[in-house]
Amino acid sequence: MSVSPNVLGSRSTGDRVRGTAFYIVLLVSVTIGFLLLGVLLVDVVRKGIGYVDFTLLNEPNSSDPQRAGAGPAIRGTIYMMVLLLVMVVPIGVGTALYLEEYANRERWYNRLLEINIQNLAAVPSIVYGILGLAFLVRGIGLGRVLLAGALILTLLVLPTVIVASREAIRAVPDSIRQGAYALGATQWQVVWRQVLPAAIPGIATGSILALARAIGETAPLLLVGALTFVAVNPTILGSFTALPIQIYQWVGRPQEEFRLLAAAGIIVLLAILLTMNAFAIWLRNRYQRRW
Amino acid sequence: MAATDLTAGAQPDTVRLRAEGRRWGELAVKVALGLCALVSVATTIGIIIALVVPSVEFFRQVSILDFFSGDRWAPLFEPPSFGVQPLLVGTLVVTFWACVVALPCGLGAAIYMSEYARPRVRSILKPALETLAGIPTVVFGFFALTFFTPLLQDIGTGVNVFNVLSAGLVVGVMLIPVVASVSEDAMSAVPQDLRDGAYGLGATRLQVSTRIVVPAAISGIIASFVLAISRAVGETMIVLIAAGGIAQITFDPRDQAQTMTAFVGATGIGDVATGSIEYKTIFAVGLTLFVITFVMNMLSIRLVRKFREVYE
Amino acid sequence: MGIRPIPRIVLLLLALAVLALGASGCGRDEDEGNAANSPDTTAQETTSQALSGDVIADGSSTVGPLTTAAAEAYRGEQPDVNVEVGVSGTGGGFERFCAGETDISDASRPIDEEEEAPVCADAGITYVDYQVGIDALTVIVNTENDWATCLTTEQLKKIWEPAAEGKITNWNQVDPSFPDEPLTLAGPGTDSGTFDYFTDEINGEEGASRTDYNASEDDNVIVQAVAGEKGALGYLGFTYFEENMDTLKAVEVDGGDGCVAPSAESAQDGSYTPLSRPLFIYVKDESIQTKPQVKGFVAYYLNNLVSLAEGAQFIPVTQDVIDENLSNLATQEG
Repeated sequence: MSVSPNVLGSRSTGDRVRGTAFYIVLLVSVTIGFLLLGVLLVDVVRKGIGYVDFTLLNEPNSSDPQRAGAGPAIRGTIYMMVLLLVMVVPIGVGTALYLEEYANRERWYNRLLEINIQNLAAVPSIVYGILGLAFLVRGIGLGRVLLAGALILTLLVLPTVIVASREAIRAVPDSIRQGAYALGATQWQVVWRQVLPAAIPGIATGSILALARAIGETAPLLLVGALTFVAVNPTILGSFTALPIQIYQWVGRPQEEFRLLAAAGIIVLLAILLTMNAFAIWLRNRYQRRW
Repeated sequence: MAATDLTAGAQPDTVRLRAEGRRWGELAVKVALGLCALVSVATTIGIIIALVVPSVEFFRQVSILDFFSGDRWAPLFEPPSFGVQPLLVGTLVVTFWACVVALPCGLGAAIYMSEYARPRVRSILKPALETLAGIPTVVFGFFALTFFTPLLQDIGTGVNVFNVLSAGLVVGVMLIPVVASVSEDAMSAVPQDLRDGAYGLGATRLQVSTRIVVPAAISGIIASFVLAISRAVGETMIVLIAAGGIAQITFDPRDQAQTMTAFVGATGIGDVATGSIEYKTIFAVGLTLFVITFVMNMLSIRLVRKFREVYE
Repeated sequence: MGIRPIPRIVLLLLALAVLALGASGCGRDEDEGNAANSPDTTAQETTSQALSGDVIADGSSTVGPLTTAAAEAYRGEQPDVNVEVGVSGTGGGFERFCAGETDISDASRPIDEEEEAPVCADAGITYVDYQVGIDALTVIVNTENDWATCLTTEQLKKIWEPAAEGKITNWNQVDPSFPDEPLTLAGPGTDSGTFDYFTDEINGEEGASRTDYNASEDDNVIVQAVAGEKGALGYLGFTYFEENMDTLKAVEVDGGDGCVAPSAESAQDGSYTPLSRPLFIYVKDESIQTKPQVKGFVAYYLNNLVSLAEGAQFIPVTQDVIDENLSNLATQEG
């Protein structure tokens, strides 16, 4: 076996140069993304900070940029968040419990279920919009209402919540379950009184992160909602708009002022997202049980 | 000793070691949870029905051959033309430019985090990447139109105000975290022994990274590439805002073009009459999109499973 | 992790609070008194009781901003009435109108007697149309375009007719004296009344047009496309040109009698031909008679047309049109 000069000797200059060049290439790859992210944030803040005021937060949209605001949009986003929470957490946690605690892994239908969830997680968000348009808006005639938007977003983030909940449930050690069984508990009692409480921090964190992702989604809402001019506060069965939609509409306007307004809307949206993410992380750190 | 001996002297009614009869409550719970699980099944079935049924009607009026071989997409004009190639090409070009950014930078970031970075740097980089991944796509779209395109124009590339280059590159930036995190997972699954052996033989870090780790993790890395391509194909907002609205076949990145997703988005906003041929185009294009991303995702899942099996 | 994460939350909240406090003081002009007020209108009170309910309007993106201005102003009068204005295009608006989904249809051309009116008749929907403005359909070019100051209708036809598709791609093909500059086009899509009207007048047949242009129902997209590209040309309603006068240039149109620039005067006196046209709203009889909020809104709209038009930069109609509108409204109310 031939021994390369590297085995016993020191690095050749060629190697060193290549090594350093490679290292620089890697550093550049890493920084490109963050550099652009930083530029994006600085640009957005610079453009929009002047417009983040009470008018933005309260007033409805207007053709006059001096008076336009995102009040109904922000309220629409918050209402949808609440609806989403109420709908997606029970279904997502229920599915996760079924898969982790009750389902027989060997059965073909349970394996199909798992594959199905994996696939759903990867479907483009606009296809969910098409689903909503076909079934909710046109099919059952719900129309372009807040509930339709919330339902579609529920389906969109359901796979994420399921995956996060499963991991949280899986993290609960089996000894807890066995101990409860040994004391005569039924399966549901074990789940409800031991497993679920232990998994709640993980579930809560996952749900909040999924919610944060849903808040930023625009594409499905384009097909299921979005009117030009919504002046009143949204109601569940009424027309609505949401913050990302409002931003999209403002970006589409050629006047410079509306671009600045869009930037302001983005600041508000990012602030909401940042708060939710920070809250989720805090929750995870504070309540995480070490087994 | 038989179990019955233990209970021989005990009062028969106070100790039960086995449930009597079926526990209906337990069954009810299982059914309820099973129903929750069925929601995801219903969603998939719903998506398939929602896409396939109108598409079938569409393809009765427009032959599949015309749809895929035609190079003119003008469904709303008289006489209408339903060749989907311009939309496919638009999607292809945007995806190409996205990959130009996302694949090298994502892989580079993954190699850096896996092989080069100190643990403290890693602990900052990973959450930072997650932040990048959490930015809504409408924000990226805004960035592409109001900052990136003017920048490209200023440096003299002569891009159109709506152009695929700007949109494509920004989609790529958005996808860097996807490539980086999946690739990095794949690389961290490579056993340390392999690296140590190579270092022991005097290999440089460059050699270890490129000749040991990357080949070992290759299926996971390819999975990340496929996943990124799939996400690029399905991306809507960035292209809707920044790539333009003319469905044309062009490979000049400075031109505007319309992708499949942008077409669905733009048409869906307006109130097209249910049942009209324009309405059905949404579903035909949506179905094409769904099939493409579905195939790519199955591929990606297969690859991930493969790399996980190798080392466990 | 060694650091307790709670202080991060506190820092974040502090940061947000500072942001909110600091930002509320600077930025755009705080018209404190006018925050939610309508533009100055000597608004004629049409009703003194409080109304509530929905008014749904949809249709032309050219008329849309005027109806929106009316809706905003009306909100000052009747804050509980929710007026929604969509812009699906004149054609899309009529489809919804005749399906019974809307109360008001904004239109930049009259309803098609052969194709659209029968649909309404079959559905039992009767209506009255009111002219709410005049539009000088404007042909726009980029501000750096110094060669196309005036185009004849023949030249416009050469650019836009179906036969031009894929062939007329450069300005020097339109006229040899024009420079060698790529021609990119933007304009409304097929659901737009503006599209119908332009193709009818310029290409001779409604709906006949080349298809390789940036087609959008959203006029803002057209503005952006033309403002961002030296060799771009587009067409849209006069209001959108007026709103973007600093980033666009209007082309004078020669309809046979010389070059005429689009303006309020040339539209009203008819010299801007063939591209000046009336703008309408179509109002459902049933809505006027059974929904007091619709009656209130339409009455307000028609009574304040001139001030609304001026505020929204539309070309107002003449007084006799207003009088005719009001008498028709009285008849429609039954």
